[in-house]
Amino acid sequence: MNGTEPENPLVPGNTNETGGGKIIDALFSPLVEYDPQTAQPANMVAESIETSDSRVYTIRLKEGWTFHDGSPVTAQSFVRAWNYTAYSPNGQQNSSFFSQIQGFDQVHTVDPDGTAGPQTAPQPAAQEMSGLRVVDDRTFEVTLSAPFAVFPTMLGYRAFSPLPDVFFADQAAFEANPIGNGPFRFISRQPGVNVVVERYEPWPGAPKPSISGVEFRFYESAEAAYADVVANNLDFIEVIPPSGIAGNLYQTDLANRSVSRTFLGVQRLGFPLYDPRFQNPQLRQAISMAIDREAVNQQIFNGTRPPADGLVAPDVPGRVANQCGELCTYQPERARQMFEATGFQGPIELTSNADSGNAEWIQAACVSISNALGVQCTFVPVPTFGEIRSAINARQMNDIYRSSWVADYPSIENFLNPLYRTGGATNDGEYSNPAVDALLARADAAPSVEESNALYQEAERMIIQDMPAIPVYFQSFQAGWSERLQTVTVTPFRELDLESVTVSE
Amino acid sequence: MGRYILRRLLQLVPVFLGTTFLIYLLVWALPGDPFAGKCGERACPDAYITRMREEFHLDENVVVQYLRYLGNLLQGDFGQTFSGTSVGELIAAAYPVTLRLAIVALLIEAIIGVLAGVLTGLRSGGFLDNLVLVSTLFLISVPVFVTGYVLQTVLGLRLGIISPTVSADAGFGELIVPGFVLASLSMAYVARLTRTSIAENRRSDYVRTAVAKGLEPRRVVGVHLLRNSMIPVITFLGVDLGSLMSGAIVTEGIFNIRGIGGLIFRSIALREGATVTGVVVLLVIVYLLMNLLVDVIYAVLDPRIRYV
Repeated sequence: MNGTEPENPLVPGNTNETGGGKIIDALFSPLVEYDPQTAQPANMVAESIETSDSRVYTIRLKEGWTFHDGSPVTAQSFVRAWNYTAYSPNGQQNSSFFSQIQGFDQVHTVDPDGTAGPQTAPQPAAQEMSGLRVVDDRTFEVTLSAPFAVFPTMLGYRAFSPLPDVFFADQAAFEANPIGNGPFRFISRQPGVNVVVERYEPWPGAPKPSISGVEFRFYESAEAAYADVVANNLDFIEVIPPSGIAGNLYQTDLANRSVSRTFLGVQRLGFPLYDPRFQNPQLRQAISMAIDREAVNQQIFNGTRPPADGLVAPDVPGRVANQCGELCTYQPERARQMFEATGFQGPIELTSNADSGNAEWIQAACVSISNALGVQCTFVPVPTFGEIRSAINARQMNDIYRSSWVADYPSIENFLNPLYRTGGATNDGEYSNPAVDALLARADAAPSVEESNALYQEAERMIIQDMPAIPVYFQSFQAGWSERLQTVTVTPFRELDLESVTVSE
Repeated sequence: MGRYILRRLLQLVPVFLGTTFLIYLLVWALPGDPFAGKCGERACPDAYITRMREEFHLDENVVVQYLRYLGNLLQGDFGQTFSGTSVGELIAAAYPVTLRLAIVALLIEAIIGVLAGVLTGLRSGGFLDNLVLVSTLFLISVPVFVTGYVLQTVLGLRLGIISPTVSADAGFGELIVPGFVLASLSMAYVARLTRTSIAENRRSDYVRTAVAKGLEPRRVVGVHLLRNSMIPVITFLGVDLGSLMSGAIVTEGIFNIRGIGGLIFRSIALREGATVTGVVVLLVIVYLLMNLLVDVIYAVLDPRIRYV
């Protein structure tokens, strides 16, 4: 199947792009898995995850799980891996996923003057998080610093994978030959060409994969990969390139072997709220109502990207429809009245990186804004994603910018806390509303997932009134496969479900 | 001649140092932080950025970085990418592939181009001449990615004669169509260059003398006429091998050839200075050696050109 070169060594705690991510997902099985159709979480390596107060979780492992080198998967394998990833001198990309565990601030220190400054981060006071305690070989206890009802859902994210003892003994050897506990074990890697994995027979999970192995092949371009799928040289591609989407060409090229579905992502236009020009919520609402989302969807995306009606993507557990209501509906007159009342001066500028095919829809949205509000709206492209992220991370944006969000784990919580809570990990616009923070904290602490979801939904409605970012459309993808593949399930995470797919020769 | 070649080889050293330093500086001067886009929409944790900077010495002055890089390079160590892969290994895997592709392309453009040029140069104004003029004009005006996609779609997908992409081994047979695509533009130039040169020299004194001596036409054209007319063509072909190697990004992308073009493109996007510089070092060497080879061939073709 199609892939891209992993950007980091194949270590779960240090991989968060899709190229390396899908290889990690084949090599490792976490405590919790997500249903390939509905994204509902279910226990995988965990036999039970119990809590009475949403703060202290007792996790019991199933029997019979082993790493690919034959060593058993124990409570210790999880605790050591989590401590390793969270410990800041190890510099792991996914360390922030452990921030809710008690004692995280003791093992993870922050550079006082930013990474560019001369000072360095102080040495952490502890090596291990106090919130992790091994009870016996198959049981461990996790104490969070504050109650968090969605924690068990998070555990399906790859950062929470266990690591074998080999990793801690010789990391270089592990990186050359990663050893996981997943349905497939690592065979070989040829830089720039491929990664090959094969089925791990003793894997106790269900259903057992019927395919004997997978080759993740790295392509120079999506077009070349697409041509190979059409010619049956490649079995699966999860992102059909624009040349195949145009005029729905892929539906003829890949008759009965393609799918188009939404995944857990939302495309947004974010406001730099630290810029005084954008501080009036009326202005942000007016711009939202000036975007004809349905026209953008039809004209640019052939109707494949549903207009956003809330902050949370479809299929996410806890989502309710139409949270945004009027504010995400195209109403040019009302938008114009509100906009003129704000007294906003100067043209509206939308910016985005130009290296990922976002120019078209932003231009279309801009035309819609210009027509509705009667002010000039221009698209300002920035060459690369890296450049625009540097400016956003440094809080130096002075235009409205594109910022999408794809769920790390399927929960309404993942679409709110990181993005809209004061100081949230991805709260790039510096949005802050004490009432929202309080409500999100109550939702985190609710005793059950249902109760917390209801509170998250309330928080979502409250955030939308402030419109710190405009939800524009829900992400979708078009996947295609060769004539050899049968029973293809493509998950809401944009991955081929390797356990259920079958191959005919 | 020996002294001349030695002098040219010595010139390699400053050019080599200058280009690698410039490239290193340019990669470093690209706007944006190399790690800013690494964690998707979220900012990477400080700890990750700090560790990577330390590991790759990015906090140091760029000159110090370059000197450190140069020191390693002289010991044959090309450094590592951010994902921990050895750059030397990447280049060793990609270089032969691109070299094969460039050689296939060079052969195609030399054989077809020179042949078409000679035939039309000898009989200018005829049907064949007009045909070649029109078809080369066509090749010059169509961009490489159009030729590439059209051939891939027609031959690969619709007719099924070739595989639409090239496998990881990239044998010579698989590279014929991509080589043709890559060669198409230069092929047109070679044909026109040869044609003009032949047409011009055909009226010169030494050809008239050769004909007057009663030599058979094949010998007049093959030895006397062609030998002199080839000088500009050889210059073009020599320089072209260099640009074929570095300019194959589009063709390599279309046919999924794992060569230098894609490697350099990805490395610039990820700002991996070590990879970019490593590849450019080799490209510079190819250019310089090809230029030297071209100059030596001049002396062989036309003994009046002497190097002291």
